[in-house]
Amino acid sequence: MTRIVVDPITRIEGHLRIEAEVNGGRVSDAWSSSTMFRGIETILKGRDPRDAWYFTQRFCGVCTTVHSIASIRCVENALDIKVPPNAQLIRNIIMGIQNVQDHVIHFYHLHALDWVDITSALKADPTKTAALAASISDWPLNSPTYFKGVQDKLKAFVAKGRLGPFANAYWGHPAYKLPPEANLMATAHYLEALEWQKDVIKVHAILGSKNPHPQTFLVGGMAIPIDLDSQNALNADKLAQIKQLLAKAQVFVEKVYIPDLIAVASFYKEWGGIGGGVGNYLSYGEFPDPVSGKPWFPAGVIVNKDLTKVMPVEQDKVTEYVDHSWYQYSKPATGKGLHPWEGESQKLYTGPTPPYKNLNVDRQYSWVKAPRYLDQPMEVGPLARLLVAYASGHKEVQGAVNGVLKQLNVGPEVLFSTLGRTAARGIDCLLIAQQTPKWLDQLIDNIGKGDTKVHNGAKWDPASWPQYAKGYGWHEAPRGALGHWIKIENGKILNYQAVVPSTWNASPRDAKGLRGPYEAALVGTPLADPNKPLEILRTIHSFDPCLACAVHVMDATGNEMVKINVR
Amino acid sequence: MGKLRKELGGCDEEGPSLSRLLEERGVSRRDFLKFCTTMSAALALPVTFAPKIAQALDEVKRPTLVWLEYQDCAADTEALLRAEHPTVAELILDILSVDYHETVMAAAGFQAEEALAKVVKEQKGKYLAVVEGSIPLKDDGIYCCVAGRTAVDTAREVCGNALATIAVGTCASFGGLPAASPNPTGAVGVREAVPGATVLNLPGCPLNADNLTAAVVYFLTFGKLPATDDQGRPLFAYGKRIHDNCERRPHFDAGQYVERWGDDGHKVGYCLYKMGCKGPETFHNCPTQRFNQKTSWPVAAGHGCAGCSQPGFWDTMTPLYQRLPNVPGFGIEHTADSIGIGVAAGTAAAFAVHGVVSAFRGKSDADTSKEEK
Repeated sequence: MTRIVVDPITRIEGHLRIEAEVNGGRVSDAWSSSTMFRGIETILKGRDPRDAWYFTQRFCGVCTTVHSIASIRCVENALDIKVPPNAQLIRNIIMGIQNVQDHVIHFYHLHALDWVDITSALKADPTKTAALAASISDWPLNSPTYFKGVQDKLKAFVAKGRLGPFANAYWGHPAYKLPPEANLMATAHYLEALEWQKDVIKVHAILGSKNPHPQTFLVGGMAIPIDLDSQNALNADKLAQIKQLLAKAQVFVEKVYIPDLIAVASFYKEWGGIGGGVGNYLSYGEFPDPVSGKPWFPAGVIVNKDLTKVMPVEQDKVTEYVDHSWYQYSKPATGKGLHPWEGESQKLYTGPTPPYKNLNVDRQYSWVKAPRYLDQPMEVGPLARLLVAYASGHKEVQGAVNGVLKQLNVGPEVLFSTLGRTAARGIDCLLIAQQTPKWLDQLIDNIGKGDTKVHNGAKWDPASWPQYAKGYGWHEAPRGALGHWIKIENGKILNYQAVVPSTWNASPRDAKGLRGPYEAALVGTPLADPNKPLEILRTIHSFDPCLACAVHVMDATGNEMVKINVR
Repeated sequence: MGKLRKELGGCDEEGPSLSRLLEERGVSRRDFLKFCTTMSAALALPVTFAPKIAQALDEVKRPTLVWLEYQDCAADTEALLRAEHPTVAELILDILSVDYHETVMAAAGFQAEEALAKVVKEQKGKYLAVVEGSIPLKDDGIYCCVAGRTAVDTAREVCGNALATIAVGTCASFGGLPAASPNPTGAVGVREAVPGATVLNLPGCPLNADNLTAAVVYFLTFGKLPATDDQGRPLFAYGKRIHDNCERRPHFDAGQYVERWGDDGHKVGYCLYKMGCKGPETFHNCPTQRFNQKTSWPVAAGHGCAGCSQPGFWDTMTPLYQRLPNVPGFGIEHTADSIGIGVAAGTAAAFAVHGVVSAFRGKSDADTSKEEK
């Protein structure tokens, strides 16, 4: 038995460490640890609830926007504020393009190198590569000359002997299965996607000033005014620009991402039986209809891979444990979970003194808490979102999922796997890329009818608030179920807790010793070479980890709250 | 200057010049010169500097850069991905040799750490370091560890041995959000965590990638770091107050303000001062440089400036929607007299204004709510 450590897990957001036991060429046990802590929830206490979105947005700059959305929603929920339909539609467009851009970056720039061996692309025949590309898509950049050009650039880069960010990787690893031509095609698209992503995300800049970290969210609505005849507002020209950018996003997903995903997946079908995980799935539902509020993707919980039953989600069933995390609940004693509204904790580092070789995994080993739904670990993310929608009878999701399964010639059971997670992200991206232009059309339609309202200011003034209020805000972020919980007292934040997608997925063990989703998914993973744990990266990256998000918790006791109020 | 350039190139003695490398990568001479002209503009230099920049980049062999992430949210990395002139692909493949960047690099685990150790050992004093995120000092730095080592430990080694370090974003520059009151982890910026290191601060939340590329090119071209204010920020990007370059400034001077979100003034682009805009106390080139290929910036999109490039803004510039007290001057003449917009005066004014704000924060909440109405 060998104990291996992968730290840092690269090509993710944040700081993640995996320790694993390897037995007979397979992972027999695993521990997921986050090694960075900031304490933003502590920092929030005593501040203006209308500012919270700006602070929580900085939980993460990759899933920028998602914590803004959850934050304004939790304040709006606490104060019973309804946002105007235009603001809801603008939020849907912002969330939609965030999902699309984020998933494409994940596939090409964070995940692809687990499946694509760039060095093999040097051996590809450009003519055959062009034929391969043309056989799966009518994307125009598919000539032999084009692929030869990409290969020549790659050759010139490699010939310099300085590989920069591509040095020291697991190139040549026996688990890489793609033919050289597929590797060259994927490498070309890695570079194309790099260009594409910075263009399509300009939708955020047009609607919200910049990306990352758009500066436009308001409790009660949005800060971009609408006036077709003003150059300082969302006008006809800007709406036309957004339309064009959304079209550009959609066509790339349809003609490059999805064909690549299917082409790559067809060489790695055995990964449809690896990396299953906890088998429980949670989705909060997303993209509310601007009038009815009904979410386009439904909310629900699936337990033990049973697609015949979808349970409704109830916010009071969420608790967090700290038995294996570097915190201590002052009361009650450990061994019990706390609901986020009561989520009070104290940081208590009991890990080894750095520099260290191994963590004390029998005790506490992570800055991530262990969230549980009805005391069960839950996987969240595009797979959970699609499974809940699929099992709920969502027609578009069923059509898209069945279509991809058919192309790969596999059954729905492969969805519960590393490959399933990666495929689900692509399908999620495709559906949202196709849906987002429809929200823009609805917005244009509304504006055409003379509705220019973007903000409900009835409760903007804190003097209009009750002395005490509490609320929660949910969002299906690209990485899954995100919830913010707030308590407000005398116009200030009394308590703020976020239970985010990567907290669910990167969770350490709980009081009962149940593994979190990363940990459970790694058990049974084959490892060809423990010194080059490529297979571990595949499964971990299939979750799209985002660790800065996952660790944000407070460290103060109730008493300290008063002291930290600087204003 | 020549010597510094030589040092930068020294790691790759036989390597070809940058422009030749670019040509091999399919970047034409014309594109290269266009890039140099763009850089001249970003650096607030006369366009006639473009040939000089082109010549300087020609002589430089790809210098090595390592990018360290600590208490960060990766938004500065994401900002880098949005870079336009040059693009991120050109930056990381052609112009620089990015030998370590956790979010981008293919290697993981000990192989990743080996790559970093190799740079520090073999190119001591010759490489550039970039730091994203603050560095926690409390409790011996245990709040941020990578590969079992604390952030402060690796930062002192890597930044201490670098030719220069660029702190990207407000967290790496000044501690930023983790350092906001009550600073639970004792977070600080690089200058404080690594005393004695040569550090250029590029604050912003996140930073504007155009300012990063401009700073790198400045360094490669002139062989020295750009002139800075007392906060270590390059004057080419932080030498002027947002308020003084703001496209809505005439409305401030004319007393035309947005009073409510979505009102008629908001629609036609009146001044956002009363909605809490911190532009009058913030030094940054957002109004001119803008973001995402110059698409927009906060005020242009209808939301006030948050003051994100100022040290301590999380405490001194919040609440976000509370208007600043006593911004001097209604009317251009008076403003020009009392604020002074010269580059040299800028820093002193920043301190003075900072003091005013801090003093104001000490006031009671009752005053605050009055101010908002």
